[in-house]
Amino acid sequence: MANAYNREDSSSHPPLLHPDYKATLERAPREPLVCMPPTPTEAAGPTDWRRIAGAAVADLTKAHAGTPIGERIVVTGRVLDEDGRAVPGTLVEVWQANSAGRYAHAVDQHDAPLDPNFTGAGRVVTDSEGRYRFYTIEPGAYPWRNHPNAWRPKHIHFSGMGPTFATRLVTQMYFPGDPLIDIDPIAQSVPSDALDRLIAHFDLTVTEEAFALGYVFDIVLRGRSATPMR
Amino acid sequence: MLRQTPSQTIGPFFHFALVSMGDDDEPTHGGRIEISGKVLDGLGAGVPDALIETWHADSAGFARTATDEDGRFRFRVAEPRAITDSTGRAQAPHVAVGVFARGLLKRLVTRIYFEGAPENDRDLVLSFVPANRRATLVAKRESGANRFRFDIVLQGPAETVFFEF
Repeated sequence: MANAYNREDSSSHPPLLHPDYKATLERAPREPLVCMPPTPTEAAGPTDWRRIAGAAVADLTKAHAGTPIGERIVVTGRVLDEDGRAVPGTLVEVWQANSAGRYAHAVDQHDAPLDPNFTGAGRVVTDSEGRYRFYTIEPGAYPWRNHPNAWRPKHIHFSGMGPTFATRLVTQMYFPGDPLIDIDPIAQSVPSDALDRLIAHFDLTVTEEAFALGYVFDIVLRGRSATPMR
Repeated sequence: MLRQTPSQTIGPFFHFALVSMGDDDEPTHGGRIEISGKVLDGLGAGVPDALIETWHADSAGFARTATDEDGRFRFRVAEPRAITDSTGRAQAPHVAVGVFARGLLKRLVTRIYFEGAPENDRDLVLSFVPANRRATLVAKRESGANRFRFDIVLQGPAETVFFEF
């Protein structure tokens, strides 16, 4: 019997309307969300991510002939559910700006150089312990037009599918000690006691000697609820 | 008990990473349908940086596609069927939809139902939707076989119904 999934925890997630983040003003729905019962549709999802997503890209520093400019880092962590169970075999995708704070994207017109040796996109499927691991370079901060002198903190975008449609999560990972986190409307949209969960931890055991600093970022998805769907 | 990792916006720069995907399996029942439409913001403008994901619990029910510069999207999935679950509750043919975009701090979840499906009148989930808003969840049949139109209005008088579950 399939179990339903726990509801989205409103004390962990941002509201849809957060006026400090200007783009929410015209895009956040104004009607309340309609509460629906769990059904088998949301408690299932694609499972064979290796087949659907194609080849893994775990080393973002090796996507081109040369070596990208910037500080090489390792980012690793586990995808877990709320009960601490590993989520194996699930797709984790990442994307980020280069070390100068510029995305390899036509819409990004920030006056910072593109790096011909860095695209900044990766995807892996978690192992049997729910673990993922990327090699990349530390992204740069960059300005945006939300308000005067607005800068995004350094971040890596994360997309996690999880076991079912219900568990889908897109988020951003920040770096410890970044002073821009405190003044970023997107980071500050989350409840203050939940913001720590978006900040990676520096970890010397993950750091590779004379090669790359190591950061750990675990992702906790909605867990299965205790009561079965019937 | 661990706490859920907070959601953050997908932002405007995801296209080079979150590529279009579909399940290439041949549908085990029937054929495929094509659903196209537009994502619109509260000012009625197309949303050129949205990502749409679909799912229905059948073969080839998953698809992912970004909107174009006018906010248009188009995807093909296996034709969904009516479902009666183990408790005898009926669900009309439907596709679950997730919407991501710059300016959306969380995924929005909606459902696509299909014009003319007789099961719509007794669908479990539609029964939770105020009657005057149900039409926002029903795709219109277009000319040509198995083609439907479904717009996603993020905000405003014709706002699409979005769910929490």
